[in-house]
Amino acid sequence: MHSSLWLTMLLAVPLAGALIAMLVRRTEGRSYLVAVAAASVEMALTVCVVVLYNNHVAGAQTFDFASRHVLSAPFGLAYDVALDGISLFMVALTSIVVLLALLGARDRRREPSFVAWLLLLTSFTMGSFVAHDLLEFFIFFELTLIPCYFIISQWGGAQRSKAALKFFIYTFSGSAFLFVGTLYLGFAHQHQAGGALTFAYSALSATAMSHGTAVWIFVAFLIAFAVKMPLWPLHTWSPLTYAEAPTAGSIEMSALLAKLGSYGLLRFAIGLLPLALPTMRPIVLTLAVIGILYGSALACVTPDLKRLVAYSSVAQMGFITLGLMAGSKIAMVGAVLLMFNHGIITIGFFLIIGFIERRRASYTIKGLTGLQGPAPVLAAVFTVVMLASIGLPGLSGFVSEYLILIGTFGTHAWWGVVGAFGVVAAALYLLWAYQRVFHGRAEGANATMPDASTGERWVIAPVIVLIVVLGVFPQPVLNRITPSVQQLIEHATPAGVNK
Amino acid sequence: MKLIVPHIHYLAILPVLILFGGALGLLLATALVRTKVTTRVATAVTALVSLGALAATFVQWSYVASHGATTTVAHAIVLDGFSVVATGVIAVGLFLTAFVAHDWSLREHVSGAEFQILALASTSGAVLMTQANDLIVIFLGLEILSLGLYVLAAFDRHRAKSSEAALKYFLLGGFASAIFIYGAALVYGATGSTNLTSISYFLGSNIVLRPALLYAGGALLVVGFAFKVAAVPFHLWSPDVYEGAPTPVTGFMASIVKVGAFAALLRVLVSALGTQMDTWRPILWVLIVLTTLVGASLGVVQRNAKRILAYSSVNHAGFILLGVWAATLRGTAATLFYVMTYVPVVVATFAVVTLVGGLGDENHSIEKYRGLARRQPWLGGALAVLLLSQLGAPLTTGFYAKFTVLAAVVDAGSSTLAVIALLAAAIAAFFYLRWVMTLYADDDLESTRIVVPPLTGFVIAVGVAATLVFGVWPGPIAALAQHATVLFSP
Repeated sequence: MHSSLWLTMLLAVPLAGALIAMLVRRTEGRSYLVAVAAASVEMALTVCVVVLYNNHVAGAQTFDFASRHVLSAPFGLAYDVALDGISLFMVALTSIVVLLALLGARDRRREPSFVAWLLLLTSFTMGSFVAHDLLEFFIFFELTLIPCYFIISQWGGAQRSKAALKFFIYTFSGSAFLFVGTLYLGFAHQHQAGGALTFAYSALSATAMSHGTAVWIFVAFLIAFAVKMPLWPLHTWSPLTYAEAPTAGSIEMSALLAKLGSYGLLRFAIGLLPLALPTMRPIVLTLAVIGILYGSALACVTPDLKRLVAYSSVAQMGFITLGLMAGSKIAMVGAVLLMFNHGIITIGFFLIIGFIERRRASYTIKGLTGLQGPAPVLAAVFTVVMLASIGLPGLSGFVSEYLILIGTFGTHAWWGVVGAFGVVAAALYLLWAYQRVFHGRAEGANATMPDASTGERWVIAPVIVLIVVLGVFPQPVLNRITPSVQQLIEHATPAGVNK
Repeated sequence: MKLIVPHIHYLAILPVLILFGGALGLLLATALVRTKVTTRVATAVTALVSLGALAATFVQWSYVASHGATTTVAHAIVLDGFSVVATGVIAVGLFLTAFVAHDWSLREHVSGAEFQILALASTSGAVLMTQANDLIVIFLGLEILSLGLYVLAAFDRHRAKSSEAALKYFLLGGFASAIFIYGAALVYGATGSTNLTSISYFLGSNIVLRPALLYAGGALLVVGFAFKVAAVPFHLWSPDVYEGAPTPVTGFMASIVKVGAFAALLRVLVSALGTQMDTWRPILWVLIVLTTLVGASLGVVQRNAKRILAYSSVNHAGFILLGVWAATLRGTAATLFYVMTYVPVVVATFAVVTLVGGLGDENHSIEKYRGLARRQPWLGGALAVLLLSQLGAPLTTGFYAKFTVLAAVVDAGSSTLAVIALLAAAIAAFFYLRWVMTLYADDDLESTRIVVPPLTGFVIAVGVAATLVFGVWPGPIAALAQHATVLFSP
């Protein structure tokens, strides 16, 4: 077992970065350098953690880097961190997102506060992913709202106030259910086991409860996570918010924070409440499939690129949910992989849209035509990201979608069949949008739009590399994810998950 | 007939004596001293007296810790951990309010010691309420508390709204008191005593065959308290009074009055009528749902900072009632924890509002806050933190306050109530956030800077520090609330 100090460092480095960035705010541009440095250190730490991670620790199953300190007994509050194969890649995604968002979507308006909020958000997100305690997870989950709120409301587009409020109120209301479910589970455990109030993951997963109770808590958790993902029908905040947020905010929210929802669903709803699965499975699968179709349909008709990615995210999150809930190991592994891949792909999309917006001050599909001529490199990288999103074999999206669909066919064939239409639809709306934006004859401002600069090429390069490498050679990642998923399933097996 | 003077344990009533003694001393000084007693002196005396009361609670605490809870003055006054901590909170609240009021008096050219005298006297009433073990003593405390407040609400003689607020508060407060005392009479008729311990004992050892009298009495008591804490539907006075009263007085109402009223309510419902829990819980349930939801929803449509805070305070009252509803040790501790963390935050919030109000105490439109955090990052940032704390954001005490009461309610078996209350909190988040957004708005950066006098600045700093420090490290306060509740009597 490795020291939990690694994970504490992952939490502390961005916090320290935010603090220093605020301290040096008087000098123009220095905060930005501090932030980039902090994000780079974070990235280096993450690489170390990924390399060091050992998926078989005696006594802790696939959890490594674990340690637990009780902070306040009356509240059952503890600092409890651990990392397994599932959270490992979420942690990696968090580091990648913040580094690329800083490098690729620099926002010079009141830069010190901006980078400070971004680093705070990174720390809180890290905290949610490494939390091994339900209450701790909840607190970090809630904390992410505050930086997000400020980032949208201060650096967003014209409707930023509305978007920020809508986002906050939606998520906050969802969290209400999560909170009450958390408390309920904690007390149920305390009444059974006696002793102090605790929300430790390992303790709670041993709680016996009736089927009805499990279903109610599952529903409560589901509402919170469905809002975050967003899962149809609780997605209505997302298009406005993604569109109005500044580029870095859109990247953070859709590439990363959405995964908090699916991660929570997997870790806490499925992991802690397997008894509810037989009842909830058809319901959630149906919602997921509706989400896939609905997101795809709206992505076809939406007038701007950011919303297009937002709706396509609704569809992709539907795929993830489908995989998580299908009750098949292959599908679950695929879903966890898709969580990572979708994150990378979304970073790519929003970075490119950000580049275009920087040049043209617009991201409406109508206003952009024939960009392929003046900006061939941008068009090329967009093509790669787009094809990955569609699920072209050889690129990362294919592996995960394929795993999800074959897994789902094995257990819930009909949902799989309907969901597979989403893959076709993705090709439809993405290619059509590509045609309208990049093909045709460029006129006016479109014709003179400069291509990607050297800096921008360097920023987008890691995205392309990850997309290609994970498409061709996903095995190292799968090797790390699979044992953890296996373990989660074994816990859920009594409730009838097929291995 | 021989008059029997009951034994008096003076340590038990020491804080009341100190506070009321301070009020009397100042009053006599204004009459006897040849020169005029300045605001500076009056404030210093008030601060010292409140620190004295706070010091007295330390002595009381060590006494209670070694000797256990006791009653005195013919069992009418109780000295237990709960009353000690609640008294301490009130003393801190007064200490902070005195400073805010000081700077406000200098700005508004209100000279003299009357404000401080009334505040001290009112506070002694609030302390009495936390210690009362008898319906009559609760009533006494309530009246001492309210009489001073009626005058304080009218203290800004130049503004008609202040007088209007005072009159409204006086009339409705008078009604509430009358209803309360009528309830006390009915409960006395039903149980044969006004002493809370005796009532509890009577109800525990007898079956009330015709409970109508008891129920009517209990209901009237609840209505009386609901008026005082501004629970919906008895909240109608609060926005007008909050808006009209001088801002430091509003802060006083939102903090100290709530502590006293909730402490007494907790004793009446949990101690005296604990056996009738099944009867009053549904009533309280409805009251909580209404209070949290209506408080939050009506706050959304307000454009005046003080009215927003009035509805926010209604919303908070609903949350504090959750702890009472639970009627368990956990619930009592949660109520205490809530008020402990709420008082510094709300006094500091009103301190900022007092500053922004400007000369004449008039600038309370939410528009006056536009861009404040941009012009003055410390002042605006402090208000943003205080508002986020009231919203219940993690890393502030507001989060743990909501946590404890909700935990108590879930533990006591009503997850539904907890969900409803939290959804109300989500609605309330709307107006807190809109306010925060106004603070950070881009435009109107040219407005005049607000001068922060040192004492008010100190109060704001204390409020922010308290909410942030204990927001990260809530253990000590939670432990204190728990210990205090273990020593809850009976």
